[in-house]
Order: sequence, then C-alpha cells, then structure tokens
Amino acid sequence: MIRLIPRVENSTAMVLLSPLLALTLTALSAYLIFIFVLVDIPVSSVFFTLFVEPLIDSYYFSELLVKAAPLMIIGLGLSIGFRAGIWNIGAEGQYVMGGIAGSAVGLYFYNVEALWLLPLMTIAGILGGMFYAGIAAFLRIKYQVNEILVTLMLTYVAVLFLSAMLQGPLRNPSGFNFPESRIFHDSAMLPIIWEGTRLHIGLIVAIILSFVAWFGIKKHMFGMQIKISGSAPRAAKFAGFDDNKTVWYSLLISGGLAGLAGLFEAAGPAGQLTPGLPSFYGFTAIIVAFLARLHPVGVLFSALLIALSYVGGENVQIEYNLPSSITQIFQGMLLFYFLACDILIKYKVVFFKTKN
Amino acid sequence: MKYQLEVSNITKSYGDLKANDNVSLSIKDSSIHALLGENGAGKSTLVKIIYGSLTPDSGEMKWANNNYNPKSPFQARENGIAMVFQHFSLFESLTVEDNIILGLDGIGLNENFSEQIIKYSKQYGLDINPQQVVGDLSVGARQRVEIIRCLMQNPKLLIMDEPTSVLTPQEVADLFVTLKKLAADGCAILYISHKLEEVREICSEATILRGGKLVQSCIPQEHSQKELAEMMIGKKLTELARNNITVGENIFSIDNLSRKSDDIYGVNLEKIALKMSKGSIVGIAGVAGNGQDELMELLIGEISSPKTTLIFNGQDIGLLNSHERRQLSMFFVPEERLGHGAVPDMSLDENMLLSRPDSTEMTSHDVIDWKKVATHSKKVIDTFDVQTPSSRMLAKSLSGGNLQKFMVGRELIQNPELLIVAQPTWGVDAGSANNIHQALIELADKGSAILIISQDLDEILSLCEQIHVLSEGKLSDAVDMKSNGLEKISQLMVGGKV
Repeated sequence: MIRLIPRVENSTAMVLLSPLLALTLTALSAYLIFIFVLVDIPVSSVFFTLFVEPLIDSYYFSELLVKAAPLMIIGLGLSIGFRAGIWNIGAEGQYVMGGIAGSAVGLYFYNVEALWLLPLMTIAGILGGMFYAGIAAFLRIKYQVNEILVTLMLTYVAVLFLSAMLQGPLRNPSGFNFPESRIFHDSAMLPIIWEGTRLHIGLIVAIILSFVAWFGIKKHMFGMQIKISGSAPRAAKFAGFDDNKTVWYSLLISGGLAGLAGLFEAAGPAGQLTPGLPSFYGFTAIIVAFLARLHPVGVLFSALLIALSYVGGENVQIEYNLPSSITQIFQGMLLFYFLACDILIKYKVVFFKTKN
Repeated sequence: MKYQLEVSNITKSYGDLKANDNVSLSIKDSSIHALLGENGAGKSTLVKIIYGSLTPDSGEMKWANNNYNPKSPFQARENGIAMVFQHFSLFESLTVEDNIILGLDGIGLNENFSEQIIKYSKQYGLDINPQQVVGDLSVGARQRVEIIRCLMQNPKLLIMDEPTSVLTPQEVADLFVTLKKLAADGCAILYISHKLEEVREICSEATILRGGKLVQSCIPQEHSQKELAEMMIGKKLTELARNNITVGENIFSIDNLSRKSDDIYGVNLEKIALKMSKGSIVGIAGVAGNGQDELMELLIGEISSPKTTLIFNGQDIGLLNSHERRQLSMFFVPEERLGHGAVPDMSLDENMLLSRPDSTEMTSHDVIDWKKVATHSKKVIDTFDVQTPSSRMLAKSLSGGNLQKFMVGRELIQNPELLIVAQPTWGVDAGSANNIHQALIELADKGSAILIISQDLDEILSLCEQIHVLSEGKLSDAVDMKSNGLEKISQLMVGGKV
C-alpha cells in the first residue's frame, strides 16, 4: 500500500527534485508511446533527434534560443500577473497587437534609416500589447468582467485584425497582393548576436528582464503587493494596497511584455509582418510560467525546455515524417507530470504492508 | 458509572514533536467535560483524533464500551460525534441552509428544511436567518450556524472548540441552557475553552493538558480560576493593573460618521461619535454583527471616510489609506486573523510587511531589507512568546492563539500613539491573554490611546475606563459605570436605551 502523508514543512529537496522527476517520467512515457507508434525506426534515434540533436548541433541550438526568447519574455509577464491571481490567458492576442503596432511604426518610417527607429518600434510594440491587455483591466475594474474571458476572446479579434491589416493598409504595395508587409530595412531589424544564425538581441533583453523581475518580486514591495493581492485580497486592503492598481499593473506588465515579444518576432526572425506571426507562443508561455513555478529566473530555464521540444519536434517531423502533434503531446505530458509531482512538495509517500 | 468515550494512552507525533504524549481522558455519559490547555498543549490534536480526522500513533479509544477507531470524520459523525470548530468550516458563498445541508451527510433531509432550522434555532436560542449568505454574516452569527448544524444531528457527543468567545453574556447564558438540556437528554459534551469561569460554571469535570502531556483531571469547582490557569500554563499569573492613568489631551475623534452598507445584510452605521484622550483605553462593547466589521473597515482606512469625520492629532485622516495612517502612528489589529490581518500562505517575515511604517526601515523607497524584517519578526516572536520554530513558518501553520499573539505583537512593537484592536484575545489561552492585556496596559501607561472593539465583556470591563456600546450601527455615549454600569451595558447591547 502507498499512502500520502502531509509534511509538516514543505520539502526543499522536492522543490528542486520534482521538475527532474517530471522530466524523467515524460521521457519514459514518450518512450512507451514511440514503441507503439514507430515501425522500422529505432526509438533511440528518434530520441536522439528529439532531445539531443538540438543541443549539440549549433544551428539547431541557435534556433532553440530564437524560440526560447519570446517564450521567456511572455512567460515573465504572465508569471507576475498569475502571482496576483490575474489570469491573462490572451497573451497571444497582446503579442499579435504588439507586433502590429511596432511593425506599423517601422513601415510608416519605411524610407528612414536611423538609430531611433528600432527603439521607437519597441515602444510602440510594448504600448500595443499594454493597450490590448488594458481593455481587460478596464472592463474588470469598471464592470467586474472576468479577465480570463476578455483576454482569451480578444485573441481571436487580434488575429483577425492582423489579417485585415495585411489585406489593407500594411500590405506590401509591390507584393503581388500577398497578405504580407514589406520587408523591414536594416535599421528596423533587431541586431543579430550570433553571426550566421537568426539569434537576435531579444535573448539578452529576456535575461535582463528576468533579473529586473526577480528584483521586483523578491526585493520590492511591488512583489509583496501582487503576492498578497493574489492570495488574500482583504489582507492587501489591510496593508493599504489599492486592488485596482494591482489589476492594472498585472495586465499592463504581462500585456506589454507580450507586445514586446510580438514586435521582436516581427523585427527579428520574420523581418516583416506576416499572417504567420501568431505562433502559439502566447499560449505556450502559460506552460512556461507554471513550469517555472512563476519564478522569474526559473522562466528562463523552462522556456529553454519548451523551446527544445519545439525544435526537436520539428526535427523528428522532418527526418522521420512523424506528426507535428508530437510537440504538443510532449508539452502536455510535461505540464501534467510537473503538476502531479508537485504534490511531493507538500506530501511524503509512505509504503507500508497491510495488516490482515 | 458509564462512560460514553474512553481515550487511553494516546500518542501522536509530528516528526520530532509529540503533540500528544500518552494522554488519557474519559467522558461520562450525559456530562459536560472541559478540555483545558494553552495553545500548542495538544488539545486540537486530541480532538482531531476523537473526531477521526487524525489517526493516533498508539493508544486506544472506546465508544460506549466498544472499540472505536474512526478512519474519517464521516465515521465519527455516524457514531454520533459532532463538532463545532474554532475555525469555521462554512462555504461563504452559500446560504445558511445550504451550509447546514452540506454538513449533514444527507441525514434527515426534507422539504421543510428551513422551517426545521428556524425551529431548532428558536429552541436553542440561536438567532439565524436560513436564507442569508454566510459570507455576509459576522463571526458570531457564523458560529451560531455551526452550532445549529451540529445540534441538528442529534449527537451523542458534542465537541465544542472555544464556543463562547464571540457571544454576549445573554447568548452565553442561553447556550449554557442549551448545553445543560442536551447533557440532560443524554448527550455528553467535550467543552474546550480558555474561559475558566465558564468551565467552572458548567463543566462537571476537567482534563488539563500541557505540552502534549496530561497534567491532571479534576473537578473544576474544587479549584479557583487562578489555580486552574496556573495548572494550565505551569507558572504564576501576573495581576493586571494600570500604574499610571493620566488622561491627557484629545488624540482621536470620530464625529458624525455614517456609512450605508453596500450589502443588504450589512449594518448601516449611523452618526458614530467618539472622543479619545492620550493614555486612555476605550472599549466598544456589543454583539457581533452590529456594525463592528463596518466600523473597523473605516477606522483601518480600507474604505475612506468623508472629510472631518475622523480627526487624529488635529489632522483630517478620513481620506488616507491604511498605510498612510500608519505613518502617523495609528496601528490596527483586525478581528479575522487568516486572510485579513495575516496572509495564510506567507511566512511570518513576509507578514511583518503588511504593517510597515517607513520608520521601521524594513523598507526604504519600497525596497525590502529582509534582514531588518527578520530582526523585527524575531523581536515580535520573542517579546510575545509566539510558539514557532522560526519566522519563516507560514502564518497558517501557527495555531490561532499564536498567530493572534504575533499579530498583536506586530502592531505593539511599533509603539503606536493610537492602537485600534478588534477582539485582541479571541481564541487565545489564559496565559497568553494575560500577556496581551498586560502589554496593552503598558502601552496605555506610556501615554498611548487604545480603542478595543470586543464582544468579550469581561475583557472590556477589566481594561477600559471609557465604555461605549455598538448596537444596530449606533454607538452609545460613554456609559457611566458608577451606578449599575453592567446593567446599562446589557440593556444597550440588546438595542435598548438608558
């Protein structure tokens, strides 16, 4: 018999061990699935392509980092909002709106080559995301509308708004009516930090932001405010925090960062605004935030892990002709095992023989 | 003599901590049996074992002479054991009726359920409206719901954890009538309380625990209140006395303060007026649910008040939030511990930051100095004898009384010029209550003003020089205690005039 006994104190060892355990269980389950699914292909070589190749091949590794950067940036914003109990589920929409707003600025100054252009686009991208998340904040404060519904539904509006823009004002005038924008000039593009790859400065921005967020959450009353508001709203009032401000902060920060990531994607790997901008990063970042237990530095690592599953998943798709849903299966199992293993932090497992 | 419940040699450990060490207890048929002990003495553990929510490591229990090993509270209830908890287990978003139905395991349900509730509530003098939503009820009313829920199960043993802490003297008297009636009808009662006078009044036997061990079982009427308290805490109690009542100039006044409640079950405050002088301890007595919560929200600053209604040291503070009020040296202890005065899922250190005037240097420009925070929380823990392994423990892991000591201590070490405290010793044992009262008196002796909002009339009578009564949202003038003071207070508490 196995029994779960509550621990007197949370186990610190398990806080660190449970992600590793989840990872092992995910790999084990993936292995079992492959045994059933694969015919003629050795499981070990699929495993190699899925988990190892992206780490040892420099091109794949750079792609892994390219995919990790937006996940980190969005995941950071979400982890702050989730701490406050503000459930911004529509980072995808804010990401798209940020991409549109920033790209629009870049396209407006299409003929201008100047150092100020990229910073201006960045600001526009952030404001675009903030504005979009701000709608949910306004509706929640003014009319008590649930932010989960508003942010989620606005995501679909954002995607449609993107195609409207690409069929209309932002379409490349000499692009044979393809729904794509012009290709950005060099000064509207993010600097590359690894020569010969698509890896751009967004990764460095993400790392800096994660430490800023860490400071804000651990060392500043702002972090206390969102944490207290999230877990005990009355205590937040007792402490003198304004709960409306908490809603604003949470949504504006997560929306702004999602917008920033959207602009970075357009002005980075894409180099133009295309209908392919919405790439599920906004939703996947929810997994990233939870895998990191909403810890701002942890987000960096969980984003790398999820990015690995993206790159590895694409590779097995190309090399072995496996379905693309491999990636989602992997991500889903990881989150499931992760949440399940977290029970070991609060409970210990006791094995005992049944008396009879 | 028949025993309803016999508990022998129970031991229960949490890691290295022995919460119950070889404890025995026998409850006679139709008797009211007191369980006494300080916070952390092991009362809760013992009761949880009897109620089936914990399994003992060793020892055995007999229920009406049969072996009794409950695996769950459900089994305990099936056997006829009911319990009123100190921390209420009610769903705030549901009505009183729904909450009672949920607690009954489907026994005795029928269509006229709310009439049945009303019938029981009348029979036992526990005033309740079955259709009201529990979230809108005061602490006192919530407890009445819990008590009715248990009584409706017609239990053979009723466990009551600190049941009278929030009741008026009249309600307590009514409850005692109920309890005596139940006992006479053959229901034994295990009565956990720190109010020794009550224990001496209605309990025929008492079992005293200290540090997880049995101190002794005795007949409470054979010992004085002081003797019982000293058995419980294992040392001598200090006598309460003000050394220095020098009532100074006015420090705080409430003038013409009204508030229309935004809740249909809430209480509207009407033209509250009060003046407090430096060095005075002022008490607001009254039954729970007569506007105490609404008034406290305004005083803390969780809801702002109109201009000129709240004046502190000559300054209009009505529009300031609680943090800004603390900067002026006003401090507050709310009634509800978990979720209001403290965040359950945060450590004691983190909870220190709920009340943080800039003068403590725990934060500067909102940047937190965690070392200073830890120093301050250590000071609170040491000064007020909070039983906890470290200041990193989560607030919810502390027993109710220990958390209360921490919360009162957190505000007291700030040396407030004005301290506003609701129910300062609710659920706190005699020894700790004595310490908290002593600390309040010392603060007033130093010239600070203290406003106590309490339903514990004994507490107010023993501490306050100036007593008001809050009833249906109206605050009485200060009661002249020189002749028939107690009678006047009782009359005002039930809404009468003097």
